Amino acid sequence: MLRYKSNLIILMVSRVVSPFIMLFALYVIFHGHYSPGGGFQGGTIMAASLLLMRLAAGREIAQLQFKTILGTPLGSIGVLIYFGTGFAAMLSGGEFLNYSFLPFAGFTAAELRSLGILMVEIGVGLAVMAILVAIYDDLLEGYPHD
Amino acid sequence: MKIINGILLISFGALLVYASLGLPNRGDVDAVMHREKSPTGSQGASSYYIRNADKDANTPNMVTVILADYRGYDTLGEETVILTAGLICFLILRRKKNKS
Repeated sequence: MLRYKSNLIILMVSRVVSPFIMLFALYVIFHGHYSPGGGFQGGTIMAASLLLMRLAAGREIAQLQFKTILGTPLGSIGVLIYFGTGFAAMLSGGEFLNYSFLPFAGFTAAELRSLGILMVEIGVGLAVMAILVAIYDDLLEGYPHD
Repeated sequence: MKIINGILLISFGALLVYASLGLPNRGDVDAVMHREKSPTGSQGASSYYIRNADKDANTPNMVTVILADYRGYDTLGEETVILTAGLICFLILRRKKNKS
């Protein structure tokens, strides 16, 4: 089996590249209204940047960036954001997931639906990112790292 | 046994290829699912989405509107599936910490 060996070049390149991947992930999530993209794709790219640091720097150092214990709670929070958006629409008089009834003043119905889509995409992106990283950490559990 | 498996696989693949020959071509205007009205006379879903997606949700990307607004339940289910997969990995693979 290959042993992990710290490699300075890989570590430095990953440190430079990882924030840019995160920025692109945010772009994909928030620009999903106008271009291809959305929550699933953006969340996957975000998870790719986190996993890059986990692969390059080893597990202990990557804890500084994203703690292992955060994975499952953040995934649940993402699903709750989605469900809460639909539920808020239901509480203020519409059907479940009918975003035009969201309780924000000063928007027309079409703008409210656009806003609801954005909230939903954020929830999806958060859940996908956290769950992918959590699965990676779970698979490495108990493995003699470093 | 291997030969029987191979014959079964090849014949099933041939069946699938034969079935796919009956599908309409991509972008065929006369195909039933691409018509504006279904055979019973009601309005088709796809033409409604194309006409009204931008107007309804103020979002130029039609795919996003269909995915997150018109088909919101579907996406909620997908997300729940992902969460379930993560939770099951957590339950199966995570171990208790030994405080030794």
